[in-house]
Amino acid sequence: MAMVQNIIAADSGTARMKWANMLPVGWLSPIAILLLWELSARQGWINPAFFPAPSTIFATGIAQAQTAQFWSDIGISLQRMGVGLLMGGVPGILVGLAMGLFPVVREAFRPLIAAVFPIPKIALLPLLLLIFGIGEMSKYVVIAINVFFLMSINTLAGVVGTPAIYFEVAKNLRASRLKTYLTVALPGALPGIFTGLRICLGTALILLVAVEFSTADSGVGYRIWWAWTVFWVDTMYVGFFVIALLGLGASYIVDYLERWFVPWMVVKN
Amino acid sequence: MRATQNGTGKIAVAGVSKTFGDPVHGFRAIGEIDIDVAEGEFLCIVGPSGCGKSTLLRMFGGLATPTSGEIRITQNDPARPLTAMVFQQESVFPWLTVAENAAYGIKATGNWNGRASQERVDYFLEKTGLYSFRQFRPHQLSGGMKQRLSIARAFATNPEILLMDEPFAALDEQNKLLMQEELAVLWEEFRSTVIFITHSLDEAVLLGDRVAVMSSAPGRIIHTIDVGFPRPRNPIELRRQPEFAEMTKELWTVLGREVLEARRQETEQIARSR
Repeated sequence: MAMVQNIIAADSGTARMKWANMLPVGWLSPIAILLLWELSARQGWINPAFFPAPSTIFATGIAQAQTAQFWSDIGISLQRMGVGLLMGGVPGILVGLAMGLFPVVREAFRPLIAAVFPIPKIALLPLLLLIFGIGEMSKYVVIAINVFFLMSINTLAGVVGTPAIYFEVAKNLRASRLKTYLTVALPGALPGIFTGLRICLGTALILLVAVEFSTADSGVGYRIWWAWTVFWVDTMYVGFFVIALLGLGASYIVDYLERWFVPWMVVKN
Repeated sequence: MRATQNGTGKIAVAGVSKTFGDPVHGFRAIGEIDIDVAEGEFLCIVGPSGCGKSTLLRMFGGLATPTSGEIRITQNDPARPLTAMVFQQESVFPWLTVAENAAYGIKATGNWNGRASQERVDYFLEKTGLYSFRQFRPHQLSGGMKQRLSIARAFATNPEILLMDEPFAALDEQNKLLMQEELAVLWEEFRSTVIFITHSLDEAVLLGDRVAVMSSAPGRIIHTIDVGFPRPRNPIELRRQPEFAEMTKELWTVLGREVLEARRQETEQIARSR
C-alpha cells in the first residue's frame, strides 16, 4: 500500500490580507471610471454636450465655489433638510417610544401609520402647498412627514426589540416607571433610532431635490433644474456632485454619532 | 399576592400554585407549594426542567404572580431593596459600562449615596475581579465576566433577599468551580437570605443550608434536606466527604424519578402536538 504524506502547511493568508488592506481598493473603481469618462469625452466617444469631461465639471465647480450663490444654495438646502429632520424626527421618536411602551398607544396609532406610511410623501406636496403656501414651511413639512413616519416606526421596532430581560431587571429592582423609560427603554431603542436616521437621510435627500425641482427658486435641487432649462450642462453636473457629497457627509455624521451613542452595536456589526 | 410584613421568618409561601393560560386547560406549572425560608438562610432549589422553579423565583422577585395562594416576605429595612435577581441569561445592560452596570441596582432603587455607594460598587467589582475593567462595556467581556458583573450588580444593590436563577449554568466547569467558591466567600461576609436555583446537586449541597427538591410539573416540593456542613466551606474538600456523597445520592434518588416523569410528560406533549 502506498504511503501518502499529508502536509498541512502554513499559509500566507495574513500577508495577502495586508496587501489588500494597504491598497486603496475602494478608491480605484471611481478613479477608473472618472479616467475612462475623461478619456471618452476628450476623444469624442461620448457627446460632451451631454457628458462633459470631469475636468470641465471640476473647473466649473471651482468657479462656482467662488460665488455667493453656490454657498447660499447649499445653505438653504441644508436648512430645509435640517429643519425637516428635526420637525419630523423629534415627534417621531417620541411617538415611537410611546407606541413601544404603551400597548394602547400602539393599537391607536398602528392602523393610521399602516395606512398613511405607503403614500409617497411627495404626492402630498400639492396639499401642503395649499395649506402652507409656497414658502419654506411646505418644504419643511413634506420632509418632516416622511421623517416622522420612518422615525416612529424604527423607534417602535427598537423598543419592542429590546430583550424583555432588561425590563425585568428594572422591574425586579422596583425601579420607577420614569427610571425604566430613561435607563432601559430609551437606550434599548437607540439602535432602532439610528437605523431610522440612516433611512431618513436618504429619503430626505430625495424629497429635498424633488421639492426644489418643483416649487423652489433656490437650493441645490433648484440649481440643477435651472441649469437644465438654460442648458448649462456643466452646472447641472456640479449640482449632482454637490448632492452626492451632501449625502455622503450626512452619512459620515450619522456614523460618527452612532459610534458615540451606540458603541455596543457598532462593534457587533 | 406578594405581600410584605414584619414578623418572624423571611419568606412564607402558602398554597401557591401557578397555571399559565386557561385556568382549567392551561399549563399547570406549579402545583401547590408551602415552604418557609428563614432570615439569612441559603436555600437551594433543584428540580427537573419545566418544574416551575424559575417561576417560583420570579414570584419572589415581583416578576410573576401566583394563580392561587400567597407569598409573604418580611422586609426589615424599607430603605434596602427587598430582592435583587441574578438571571440565568445575560442581563447586564450593553449600553452601560461595567462600573455603571454594577451601580445600576443602587441607582434604580433610588438609594445612591455618593461616596459610600461608589465604594460599595468598587468593593464588589474588586471581589468579582472586574475592577480593572470598569470602563469597559459588556460586549468587550467574556460570558463569565458578564455573569460575574450581574452578581456584582445584585450584591452591590444590598438586597434583603438575593435571588439566583441558575447563575452559573452558562459557565464552563472550571469557571463554575471558581464562581461557587467566590459566591460562598461573598455570602459568608453578608449573610443575606438567598434563594438559589440550580440543576446541579453538587452545587446545591456545596452552597446551601437547605436543599429543596421540586417534582416535575405541576411542581411541588417533595423533599428537603438540611446541609449541616460548617462554613466557610471548601468545595474541593467538601466533595470528598462521605456525607457529601450521601446527600447528593439521597437527592438524586428523589430527583431521578421526577426527571423520568418530566421526560414522559415531554414525550406525551410532543406526541399530542403532532
